[in-house]
Amino acid sequence: MASLSREEVAHVAKLARLELTDEQIDTFTPQLAAILEHAADVEALDLADVPPTSHPYPLKNVWRPDVPRDAGVRDAVLAAAPATQDGMFLVPSVLGEAP
Amino acid sequence: MTARAIAAAVRSGERSARSVVEEHLAAIDRREAELHAFNLVTGDEALTAADAIDAQVAAGEDPGPLAGVPIALKDNLCTTGIPTTCSSKILEGWRPPYDATVVERLSAAGAISVGKTNLDEFAMGSSTENSAFGPSKNPHDITKVPGGSSGGSAVAVAAGFAPLALGSDTGGSIRQPAALCGVVGVKPTYGRVSRYGLVAFASSLDQIGPFATTVADAAALYEVIAGYDERDSTSIPEALPTVLDRLDEGVSGLRVGLVTELCQAEGIAPDVATRVVAAAEALSAAGAKVEEVSVPAVIYGLSAYYLIAPAEASSNLARYDGVRYGLRVDAPTTGEMYDRTRTAGFGAEVERRIMLGTYALSAGYYDAYYGKAQKVRTLIIRDFEAAYERFDVLLSPTSPTTAFTLGAKADPLAMYLNDVCTIPSNLAGHPAMSVPFGVGADGLPVGIQVMANALDEVTMFRVAAALEGALA
Repeated sequence: MASLSREEVAHVAKLARLELTDEQIDTFTPQLAAILEHAADVEALDLADVPPTSHPYPLKNVWRPDVPRDAGVRDAVLAAAPATQDGMFLVPSVLGEAP
Repeated sequence: MTARAIAAAVRSGERSARSVVEEHLAAIDRREAELHAFNLVTGDEALTAADAIDAQVAAGEDPGPLAGVPIALKDNLCTTGIPTTCSSKILEGWRPPYDATVVERLSAAGAISVGKTNLDEFAMGSSTENSAFGPSKNPHDITKVPGGSSGGSAVAVAAGFAPLALGSDTGGSIRQPAALCGVVGVKPTYGRVSRYGLVAFASSLDQIGPFATTVADAAALYEVIAGYDERDSTSIPEALPTVLDRLDEGVSGLRVGLVTELCQAEGIAPDVATRVVAAAEALSAAGAKVEEVSVPAVIYGLSAYYLIAPAEASSNLARYDGVRYGLRVDAPTTGEMYDRTRTAGFGAEVERRIMLGTYALSAGYYDAYYGKAQKVRTLIIRDFEAAYERFDVLLSPTSPTTAFTLGAKADPLAMYLNDVCTIPSNLAGHPAMSVPFGVGADGLPVGIQVMANALDEVTMFRVAAALEGALA
């Protein structure tokens, strides 16, 4: 498992929305492989009967009254955005992209 | 002057907050160019805040328990209108529209922020060398790292730029730099301190905590920032016991466990191990019952952490896409804009962790890596629970070595091994702190880690106070 290929690294970069150069992929491939190799001790454990922990404490839903209020930061939030129009975030063309 | 002494002097009118702030700004002026503790020094804002405190004192009002005390804030804590960069190019120029809960509480307590401190980008690192704005330097030897990721906060306190600082600790990012810079650093129980306004790295592990030069100052800061906050859904509702009035109770009768697996972990330097033995002897002399204890699953902590934390980070950092804040690199389509923005904005270590996390969560590998790591987390919690049935606190080194040379750990895995002793408490959600306890063979500070069971900060602080007292 720890033998990670350049192709896998390139694929993961695509999933993570990073445009890596060939040189960066060459650097990252052995580094990530070494880290995964270190994690092989965990991968090798038989933990079939152990429940997973996703959080240190049991998370429970927190309720509060659903009262509309003005958070007062809308303009400040929009002012921090790279581009806005009519109170909305503006982005380049979305249509016509490869799926 | 300690934070508590400053607050007492300001509250009584003996000293003005302005003179306190001016003195610390002068200290910053003298050494900041050499040490690079800060991404931004907010001197004018600090002087304005100091004048407001002095006006309160003049009017007979109490400005609060930290009246006039300068504090340095890690630059991943949101501050209204003041740039918050996470030492990343992707957030350069961003000014948060709100304050983190801890920042609000500090203001209400009379503390005065003097600036935002340097960190490893998005708190990912153990040396501050991953900062997009260059590393901080260890004030004891500027050829050495200060540790990380909260390195700037540790430097600010160690160099006398501020008696207090806040950091965040996901795998040791408060405790390790505290150890390397010779100051006190505390990671409270997960959920004790609100994370509202802390830029997220790994949400199930992140916790904000104090830096200080003394255990009592760290306790005073902890009392101000801890407590329930409805804006953090993981905030602990239980009442907060006071700590400061318990510090002098001593350790007589307390059961202290030396964690075998951490004291003998890979890479623990002999001079650091010697100091841990000395700390155990000091506690024993003070009346504690000290024994070795095995916590077997902690040997898997590092591996589990470096799957879980990157997995959570890969999800948390998906928000940096050039749409709502920070950097945008223009492109013909939104998809290309995402890719170019993220590639230009993130540094190598952040990219590496996003890649690692994305891989650990991807189809076909989820069960083998992320799923397994979550189960190891359960094992670690179980082993800690067993140990805390027999012991009140656990002891280990904070960091395997004293401060290492800048540039010495270019290999990412070598850097990760620094966190071997600090990670288990994050995975379990338990409180842990580092207290300075002498120096190593190179004359640089050594920190002792005191770990305690969930919610038992009081006992942890008492033991740290006893160690501090043993050196005095």
